[in-house]
Amino acid sequence: MDMLELRGIDKVYQSRGKPPVHAVRALDMAVEKGEIVALLGSSGCGKTSTLRMIAGFEDVSAGSIALGGRRIHELPPARRKVAMAFEGYSLYPPLTVRENIAFALKSAQLSRSEVTRRVDEIARLVEIEDILDSYPRAISGGQQQRVSLARALVRDADLYLLDEPMGQLEPQLRAVLRGRIKSLLAERGMTAIFVTHDQTEASALADRIAVMEGGVLQQFASEKELKSKPANLFVASFIGEPPMNLLDASVARSDGGFRLSVGTDMHFDISGAGLDSEATKALAGTPQVRIGIRPQKIAVGTGAVRVKVVSNQWLGDQSHVAGDCNGRMLIAVTPGRVAARPGDIVPFALEPRHLHIFGSNETCIRHAEVS
Amino acid sequence: MEHSSLAGRIFRGIALTLILIFFMFPIVWIFMMSFQNNDQILRIPPRILFEPTLANYEALISGQLRTAAGSLQMPFMRNLFNSVVLSSAAVLLALLLGVPAAYAFARFKFRLGETIAFTLLSFRFAPPLLVLLPLSLYYQELGLSDTYFGIVWVYQLIALPLILWIVRGYFEDISPDIEHAYRLAGHSWREAFTRIAVPLAGPGIAAAGLLSFIFCWNNFVFALILASADKQPVTVGALAFVTASGIQYGQIAAAIVLSVTPTLLLALYAQRYLVEGLSLGAVKG
Repeated sequence: MDMLELRGIDKVYQSRGKPPVHAVRALDMAVEKGEIVALLGSSGCGKTSTLRMIAGFEDVSAGSIALGGRRIHELPPARRKVAMAFEGYSLYPPLTVRENIAFALKSAQLSRSEVTRRVDEIARLVEIEDILDSYPRAISGGQQQRVSLARALVRDADLYLLDEPMGQLEPQLRAVLRGRIKSLLAERGMTAIFVTHDQTEASALADRIAVMEGGVLQQFASEKELKSKPANLFVASFIGEPPMNLLDASVARSDGGFRLSVGTDMHFDISGAGLDSEATKALAGTPQVRIGIRPQKIAVGTGAVRVKVVSNQWLGDQSHVAGDCNGRMLIAVTPGRVAARPGDIVPFALEPRHLHIFGSNETCIRHAEVS
Repeated sequence: MEHSSLAGRIFRGIALTLILIFFMFPIVWIFMMSFQNNDQILRIPPRILFEPTLANYEALISGQLRTAAGSLQMPFMRNLFNSVVLSSAAVLLALLLGVPAAYAFARFKFRLGETIAFTLLSFRFAPPLLVLLPLSLYYQELGLSDTYFGIVWVYQLIALPLILWIVRGYFEDISPDIEHAYRLAGHSWREAFTRIAVPLAGPGIAAAGLLSFIFCWNNFVFALILASADKQPVTVGALAFVTASGIQYGQIAAAIVLSVTPTLLLALYAQRYLVEGLSLGAVKG
């Protein structure tokens, strides 16, 4: 069953004397019960606006929001049954950390011992037991963020909204907390949406990732699908580290398929048998496409493409080799060390089956084969 | 501070003493005058040592002003009482109206919002004499002249803009997300205002309230025109000290001491909030 359903959500910010800002456009999204969803995108892509509309601090300009079968977009925030951790922490300055967390439980009308038990439990989880009696102004930003997170997670809500929940934490602690929060959410079947611009965090914590750009939902899928079947050029270039290599190619018919040529020195033969009818039609109708290949799919040391090495970095478990191929930059990632210095000529192998092909409207015509 | 040298500490002490003398001298002088009679005050050269007398206070409290020309009725204690009633009522009313209004101006953008806020502020620009003539005519027509309510109402011109604009700044400094968090926890908008926003802006509200109390207390011209003898505050009542047989310096001094006392006590009590409030307003974050 869908826990949360967003239908045709639009958000337009009007301010006098300025052109209206269309922050979110026609957003449709359904989140299942117990699912953890990441809203991923760069700054100003509409992800925080979406979160605030679900919480009720922003009106929806158009569309509807349903949570657990209730239409909530017209309810005041207090009656939506959502919990939220704010990016700016928003702790109550006159209350101690313990009171801040317990405060969120006040309306639940629990016994005092039950409140203490739950606060202690969540404090242990995010490692703030030793600052429970401090005041917000006396603790660091990272600690405040964890208090804010604890204050949201301690509640019983239908939906948990987390705005950049771990942005201020040190990397080691972040990794530990990610694991703990994920198991807490899974164990209790809590439904959560969190906003982040960190791909690693999105992949580690979320079941599905919604990639947003320019107020438009680009793709909503699992991390694996985003990587193997990006819906469009934006998702393809945004997801993955280092980013996908993208090249312009011209399309020509060849016997039984198509030949994609990058400049005059790189050719890829795509057999017609591997293409569905729509892809065939799309390729036949366009003279120019963009092709993309993941750096991990480029083999170094073999192949027909000769590149001049620009940089060769050993990261401890993999090598990043950047090379110049007649003015086009290609990056390859291989598991072993590569004995090449800048200026050396090294062969790269780019196989046609690993190519993603994007049409003129930036949507994907063909995905790479999943190996 | 602990690292400063002995010379530095001595210099600081001298500087503080000088400043203290400079600012305290008029007050101390008036305090001394209030225990002297007119002859002692006008003696040349003046003397620091004198025989104190409580006659001035006696005269004020009993309401009998004794001058060379005879005795004069002077309801000073009544005036003092009027001042307390008028100023307190005006500030309370201005807080009741101004704090929610300041919150609205700080949190919500609405049509003509800035215009309304600025119009309220502009009441402070207009010279009071300009509005007094039409106001007194209206007041007579409405039956408001010479009533406590009428004067409290006109004092809103003094207190309301001050409270509105000072408190608004404090509300703007509070992150709206703190209230959002509170509302998400199942509380209404009204509870977020009374339990979160108002306590957090508390120092600012206290400072604005105290300042507007002082301004109301010191007002002269509104009460002069709109109030008759039994509603007059001390500022207007003090005119009676200028008598046909001369000016009663000793009684004026005693009256000043008495009329400064309530505001001074209030300010001393609220000093902590006042300093905190004014400095918080200046430094954001």
